[in-house]
Amino acid sequence: MAKAAKPPKPEEITKTLDYRKTPKGPWIDTKVEFRPGMYCYGTRPKYLEEVDMPNPREWSTSDEDWKLPENWKEIFLEGMEDRLRKHRSFRLFMDICVRCGACADKCHFYIGTGDPKNMPVLRAELLRSIYRRYFTTGGKLLKRTAGARELTEEVFKELWYYAYQCTECRRCSVFCPYGIDTAEITIMVRELVNLLGCNTDWIMGPVANCYHKGNHLGLEPHTIQSNIEMMCDDIEEITGIRIEPTFNRKGAEILFVTPSGDLFAVPGVYTAMGYLMLFHELGLDYTWSTYASEGGNFGFFTSLEMAKRLYYKVYAEAERLGVKFIIGGECGHMWRLWHQYLATFWKPPENLETPKSPITGTVFEHASASKVVHVVEFTADLIRHGKLKLDPSRNDHLRVTFHDSCNTSRGMGFFEEPRYVIKNVCNHFYEMPENTIREKTFCCGSGSGLNASENMELRMRGGLPRANAVRYVHEKYGVNMLANVCAIDRAALPTLMQYWVPGVEVCGVHELVGNALVMTGEKKRTMDLRLEPLPGFEEEEEEEE
Amino acid sequence: MGVWFSFWVVVGLILVALIGAGLLNLSVIFGVVFPYLALVVFLVGLIYRVVQWGKTPVPFHIPTTCGQQKSLSWIKYSKLESPATGWEVFLRMFLEVVAFRSLFRNLRTEMGPGFRPVYGSSKWLWLGGIAFHYSFLIVFLRHLRFFTQPPSKLVSIIDSFDGFLQIGHPHLQLTGVVLFFAALYLFLRRLYIPQVRYISLPADYFPLLLIMGIAGSGILMRYFIKTDITKVKELTMGLATFHPKVPEGIGVIFYVHIFLVSVLFAYFPFSKLVHLGGVFLSPTRNLANNSRMKRHINPWDYPVKVHTYEEYEEEFREKMKMAGIPVEKDIEEEETEEKEQEEKE
Ligand code: HEM
Ligand code: SF4
Ligand code: SF4
Repeated sequence: MAKAAKPPKPEEITKTLDYRKTPKGPWIDTKVEFRPGMYCYGTRPKYLEEVDMPNPREWSTSDEDWKLPENWKEIFLEGMEDRLRKHRSFRLFMDICVRCGACADKCHFYIGTGDPKNMPVLRAELLRSIYRRYFTTGGKLLKRTAGARELTEEVFKELWYYAYQCTECRRCSVFCPYGIDTAEITIMVRELVNLLGCNTDWIMGPVANCYHKGNHLGLEPHTIQSNIEMMCDDIEEITGIRIEPTFNRKGAEILFVTPSGDLFAVPGVYTAMGYLMLFHELGLDYTWSTYASEGGNFGFFTSLEMAKRLYYKVYAEAERLGVKFIIGGECGHMWRLWHQYLATFWKPPENLETPKSPITGTVFEHASASKVVHVVEFTADLIRHGKLKLDPSRNDHLRVTFHDSCNTSRGMGFFEEPRYVIKNVCNHFYEMPENTIREKTFCCGSGSGLNASENMELRMRGGLPRANAVRYVHEKYGVNMLANVCAIDRAALPTLMQYWVPGVEVCGVHELVGNALVMTGEKKRTMDLRLEPLPGFEEEEEEEE
Repeated sequence: MGVWFSFWVVVGLILVALIGAGLLNLSVIFGVVFPYLALVVFLVGLIYRVVQWGKTPVPFHIPTTCGQQKSLSWIKYSKLESPATGWEVFLRMFLEVVAFRSLFRNLRTEMGPGFRPVYGSSKWLWLGGIAFHYSFLIVFLRHLRFFTQPPSKLVSIIDSFDGFLQIGHPHLQLTGVVLFFAALYLFLRRLYIPQVRYISLPADYFPLLLIMGIAGSGILMRYFIKTDITKVKELTMGLATFHPKVPEGIGVIFYVHIFLVSVLFAYFPFSKLVHLGGVFLSPTRNLANNSRMKRHINPWDYPVKVHTYEEYEEEFREKMKMAGIPVEKDIEEEETEEKEQEEKE
C-alpha cells in the first residue's frame, strides 16, 4: 500500500482551479490516473469473508493488476442487466439524459477538483457509454460515434475511481430537469464493483463490524456501556446529576438508536451527552441497545442488499424488547435510509405503535408507518410545547451556523426542525449564503464512506464549497461553531475546518441543547459539555469566591 | 469531431431528399411511404420505450426532496418541493413539464475574487429551453391545419396570435423563427461553453441541426421558395384520410422538409429525445415524500442473510452478564448446562 500523501496547501488547490479549462481531446480517450490522496485503499479479504461477499483476495488499488476473476466482464455485464431490469431509476437515467449540462458545475467534487469527469453528467456517462455499447442497438452498431465504448480493465478502474469520488449527495438531482440522480448511478456502479470484491477497506471494515458486533466501530456490549458511563461521569461533573441509562431493557417505551461514532469520538460524544441529559430530564422510559447499536449503515455504500442486512437489527431489536416506537439520533445517511428505505427493507413489527411523545402527547403522524422519529423532531416538539427549561445564554460564546447534511436535506426534507431547535438554544445564529444551504447544501466532502485518512486530498477538495461558505460567515459574522445533524459531519468537518477555515469548531445540535438545558437540581454550571469553562458563567463564580 | 459528423449527416439527408424527390422523382416514396413509416416507428418505438420503463419496478421510495418535509403540524411544509399527497405530486410534475421548474433553479459556478467559488443565477438555458420547446409545440400544433378540413379552431387562434406582427406576405409567423434561433442558441452553447462542449456527443448536435434544418426549410418554403400550398394540403389531407395521393408540381423544397421531419420522428424513440416520455416516470420527481407515513413495497424483495440477536448474545453473553446487561438465556439454564457438562467430564 502506498503511503498516505499529504494534501497540498489550500492555496495550491484553489489557484489551479479553472472551470473554463477542459483537458485536450475527448474524455473517452483520457486515461484514469490514480493519484495518491485521491482514493481509498482496497478492502482486505477478511472483511468480505466475514459477511460472505464475493471475490475476496489480497489486492491494492494502486496495483496494475487488480486480480479480477477470469470472467469479470460477464459478471459485470450480467449484474448490469439484472439491475437495469430491477431499478426504473437506473434504466431511465441511462436513457433520458440530454447532456444539457445543468448538473455539470453543481457537484462539490467538480468544484474542488476541476476534473470534468467529476461533473455528474460525465460521471454517469462513464457507465452510460458501457450501457450504449452492450444494451442499445445504436451503440452496438455505431460504437464510438454513438458514444459507446468497450468495457476494459482500464474502463473498469475508471468507473471505480469516480464512483468513489461521488458522495451520493444528490445535489445534481436538484438541478436536473428530469431529476436524474447521479447518486443512483453511483450506487449501481458500487454494487457492480462489489460483485468483483472491489470495495474499500474503510467501508468494508465497518460493514463487517456492524454485521457481527452491532456497530461500525466494533464496540462490544460492555464497551458501549462503559463509554456511555464515562459520559455520565462527565455529565455529573458538569451538572452534579448522576444519570443511569439502561441497556437492552425489555418493556421500555422507546428504543433509542444513534450512530456509534457518537459513542466514541470527539465531538460526537458531546452530542450523545446532550441526548443523555435531555432524556434524563424528561424522565423518558427509553433504552439503549448494544445489539442495535448502529444508526448509520455503511452497507449502503456497498450494495442495497448489504444495507438491508445491516438494518435487520433495528426492527428486530424493537420487537424483542417490546418497545412502542423508536427514536433515532442525529445522522445524515442514517436518516436518508430510515426515511426512504428502512420500512421497505423490513416490515415494522406489530408491537410498534404510531410514535406519540409521552411528554407532550403529540402524535407523530408523519411516522405512522415506519414508527421512527428523528430526535430533533422530538426535541422541536418539546420546545414548541414549552416542556424544556432552556438558558440559551450558556451558548453565548458561540456564533453558530448550520450545515444541512446532504442526506437529510435532499432525501428527507429536514430543514426547519434543526433550525427551530438551534434558534431556541442559541442566541447567535447565522445562515450561510442561500445557494449553499437547504436543498442546495454542499456536502462535507467525506460522505458515503469516503472519510478515510488516505483520501485526504479528495476530501479537502470536495469540502471546498462547504468550507468556503463557512468562511464567508466566519469572516462576516465571526461564526465559530458549525452545527450539524450528522455523525459523519462531526467526524469529517473538524479536519475540513482546520484545513480551510481555522477557528471554527463543529458540534451536533444536541450538544447545544445539552448546554442550554436547565436540569432539575443541577448545580451552577461553570463548564460546557466539553468540560471547558463557560465564558461569563465562570467569571461570575470567581467574583463570588 | 462530433459536430462535423452530425453536420454532414444532416447535409447528407438534405441531399438524399434533393436527389430522391428532385432528380429521381420518387415523390411517392418521400411524400407518402417515408412519412407513414416514420409515424409507425415513432408510435411503436415510443410506446415500447414507455412500456419498458413502466414495467421496470421502483423498488425504493427515492424522491429528491427540495423543500421542507411534512412533519410537525406547526411547521409549514413545501407542497411543491416535498409533496406529501398525490395531488401535490401532480402539481410538482405539472410545473416540471410546463415550466421546467428544476432548470429554473440553475446556478453558475465561477471562480470569484480571491479564488473562492461563487454561484450566480443563470437562467439562459432555461430561457433557451422554454423558447425552443414552446415554439416547437406551437409549430407542431399549427401544422395540424394541414391535416384537418376545415382547419380546427385551435389552429386558427394560434395562427392569428402568431402572425400578429402582420409583416410581409404571407404574414411572418414568429414561432418558426423563434424555433430556429432557439435551436441555434442551444447549438452554439454546446460549442462555446467548455463543459458542455466536453460532454457533447454527435447525438447531441444531430437533433439540433436536424431541427434547424426543418425550421430552415419551412421558413424557406413559406417566404422565399414559394410552394403551392393547396397542392401540399391535398397531399397531407390524403395522408390524414388514408387515401394518399401525390399531386404533381410540389416544389422539391417541400420534400426536403417532410423528409427531415420523417427522420426526426423515426429517430425520436431511439435517442435522448425520449425524455419527452421519460420525464413523467422519473422516480426522484413523481413520488410523494411520504415514505414514513406509507410503507413502500419492493416488488422483488428477497430474503437475505442476517445476524440475529441470538447469535449476537451467544458470542457476547459472558461479557454482557459481567457488565450487568440483561440477557435472554436464563442464568440457571446456563448453570445447569454447565453442571451437566461438568458431570460428563
Ligand atoms: C414533456 C415534454 C418535454 C420536457 C419537459 C422537455 C424538457 C427539456 C429540457 C429541460 C431540456 C434541456 C434544456 C435544453 O437543452 O434545452 C430539453 C432538451 C431538449 N429537448 Fe425537450 N422536453 C420535452 C419535450 C421535447 C420534445 C417533444 C422534443 C422534440 C423535438 C424535445 C427536444 C429536445 C431537444 C432536441 C433537446 C436538446 C437541446 C440541447 O441539445 O441543448 N423535447 N428538453
Ligand atoms: S442536468 Fe440532467 S439531463 Fe442535464 S446533463 Fe445533467 S443529468 Fe443530463
Ligand atoms: S451525487 Fe453529489 S457527489 Fe455524486 S455526482 Fe451528484 S453532486 Fe456529485
